[in-house]
Amino acid sequence: MLDIIQTVPIDYFVYLSTLLFGIGVLGVLTRRNAIIVLMCVELMLNAVNLLLAAFSTYLGDAQGQIMVFFIMVVAAAEAAVGLGILVMIYRNTKSTDISLLDNLKY
Amino acid sequence: MQFLLPLIPLLPFAGFLINGLFGRRLPKTAVGLIGSGTILGAFLLSVAVFSSVRDGAAIQQTLYTFLRVDSLQVQFSFLADPLSAWMMLIITGVGFLIHVYSIGYMHDDEGFWKFFAYLNLFVFSMLLLVMGDNFLMLFFGWEGVGLCSYLLIGFWYENRAYGHAARKAFIMNRIGDLGLLLGIFLIFNTFGSLQYKEVFEGVANYQNNAWIPTAICLLLFVGAIGKSAQIPLYTWLPDAMAGPTPVSALIHAATMVTAGIYLVARCSSLYALAPHALEVIAITGLATAIFAALIGLRQNDIKKVLAYSTVSQLGLMFLALGMGAYSTAIFHVTTHAFFKALLFLGAGSVIHALGGEQDIRNMGGLRKALPVTFWVFLIGTLAISGFPLLSGFFSKDEIFAKTYEHGGALWWALAATSGLITATYMGRLLFVTFFGEFRGTETQRAHLHESPAVMTIPLIVLAVLSVVGGFLNTPHFLHLGGSEWLSHYLAPALVRPATSETHALDAQTEWLLMGITTVLALVVLVLAYLAYAVRRSLPVADSAMQPVARLLANKFYVDEAYDFLFVRPLEKISKMLHYYADIQAIDGVVNGVGRAAQFLGAQFRKLQNGNIEYYLLAMVVGAALLVGSLFI
Repeated sequence: MLDIIQTVPIDYFVYLSTLLFGIGVLGVLTRRNAIIVLMCVELMLNAVNLLLAAFSTYLGDAQGQIMVFFIMVVAAAEAAVGLGILVMIYRNTKSTDISLLDNLKY
Repeated sequence: MQFLLPLIPLLPFAGFLINGLFGRRLPKTAVGLIGSGTILGAFLLSVAVFSSVRDGAAIQQTLYTFLRVDSLQVQFSFLADPLSAWMMLIITGVGFLIHVYSIGYMHDDEGFWKFFAYLNLFVFSMLLLVMGDNFLMLFFGWEGVGLCSYLLIGFWYENRAYGHAARKAFIMNRIGDLGLLLGIFLIFNTFGSLQYKEVFEGVANYQNNAWIPTAICLLLFVGAIGKSAQIPLYTWLPDAMAGPTPVSALIHAATMVTAGIYLVARCSSLYALAPHALEVIAITGLATAIFAALIGLRQNDIKKVLAYSTVSQLGLMFLALGMGAYSTAIFHVTTHAFFKALLFLGAGSVIHALGGEQDIRNMGGLRKALPVTFWVFLIGTLAISGFPLLSGFFSKDEIFAKTYEHGGALWWALAATSGLITATYMGRLLFVTFFGEFRGTETQRAHLHESPAVMTIPLIVLAVLSVVGGFLNTPHFLHLGGSEWLSHYLAPALVRPATSETHALDAQTEWLLMGITTVLALVVLVLAYLAYAVRRSLPVADSAMQPVARLLANKFYVDEAYDFLFVRPLEKISKMLHYYADIQAIDGVVNGVGRAAQFLGAQFRKLQNGNIEYYLLAMVVGAALLVGSLFI
């Protein structure tokens, strides 16, 4: 199995992962819809997962995949909490636009 | 015997505490009894101490070590030698009489208990001054009497002018105290100790250059100028007449102002090393004697005349000191205490009878209504003018004789002139006040009454003392069995200056000098009688005065000159410093720190703009920097 995977050089995995992460960052910084922002956060987390899994295969070390497990658990929990907060925000402001949440200022 | 020593100042101090803490609730009789009783107790103890030091041996008692810093060790200890024992007698004796008088004089006053508390505190401080055996205790008492003087001058504090007078007295005193302090510092620097015994031993062995003792002596004299109201620091004493009359009698006639004389007499061995300082003292004393006497000639407030008279008599005492005649000066201190206290208390009796009137132009013809007061005032006037055989006659004559001995004819003539002016203004005062027609209001005439016994008995005692007090020190040449007792008694404590190993004057010269001054004084008194009692010529109203008279009545405008030269510039400087240094600089810095903190805070809180996208960007940038720092 390893030889099949290794016909794709590790570099490509790095580029893909970086690209995905970058898109995620851009989404978080740019989008106004809270659901999209949460999705972009998931995107960032999954980009990292991808990279960890790729390196784990290429180095033959299972530790990378263990870490993926952990990250997935945390991502799931965080998505649940984040969506819960989103529901509360919607109930208060009848919108998912995060630029409306600007009351905590000087 | 020495265990009695601390009791002497302690009794008045206890009286101060009792009257000060509880006097408000005690009945007036109790307050008066406690106040006077403590002084009487102190007087009796002083008599005991006096009789044990008569032969010249000194006794000493140390209470505890007050101060121990490096090489300086100061004890709180008392010394009774002939000089200090004599001063103690005067302070407690005359003080007791004045306390008794005050029971009557201050009877209607709300602050009766406060008055006695302050008076007791004053006697305590004055006793510390004369009984201390080192310069620090002297200074302690010196400041204490200055404080009590302030408290008592401004006793009727609701009147702002009285408060200003008290403040003026205290400040002018303080100016002199600077000189005293510098002198004490120099003494410590030169002799390594502040104790009289050690310092004077050092003086006896002193071989170095003479300017240090001269400097010390001059600085100590500056302190004496302030305390004893000599030129130029005398202007506070006439203003101090704002205080109740017993205060003027006790503090500004009999005791506090004599502290300067005591200081110089105590340091007689130091002054023996510094003849130039003695010259300065003599000149200052003589100048003050004449100057103040001239001003007194045209004053119309009964107490102001006596105040200037005090300044003038103090000048005579300093003249005696300057001539090296220390025991003569102390003799005059004694007789002056008697007759000046008498005169002040008599004036108080007059003021009391007239319900507060102090202007002699509104008095007159009082000898019928106030017979006892008149007779004692007459005795006091004769004593101060040098009427033969009264106390003042002997003491003044001795001063004049010593002046002639050590200074020559010119000094003697000037001193005698001051004596004549004294006789003039005192005669004027006596005759205008007690002779002629009564010039007051009808209500005053109806209320004229002699003072109660509690006031007249001290007057009579002082009058008797003024008459016989002269026999304490009668000179030999008079062949009256004179023994010069006081001079011999004080001799162990005083050191005569080297140059005064003198030829006493021969009897003929002494008779001549005495004769001239006495005859002239009597002539002047008779002239005053003719002018003021017979011809009824009155001191004129302020507006109608001749130029010379106006100059004298306005005290040679010295107060105005001081105000212009010193007070106004100081106030200006003070205001400028207040504005530039205090408000602009210091407040600027302190408030500036506050303003800077506020400014920074205002800038920093702009970070909290509530914009979520901004926060997210901040998080991303922060994370990027953090990671990037790992690669650096």
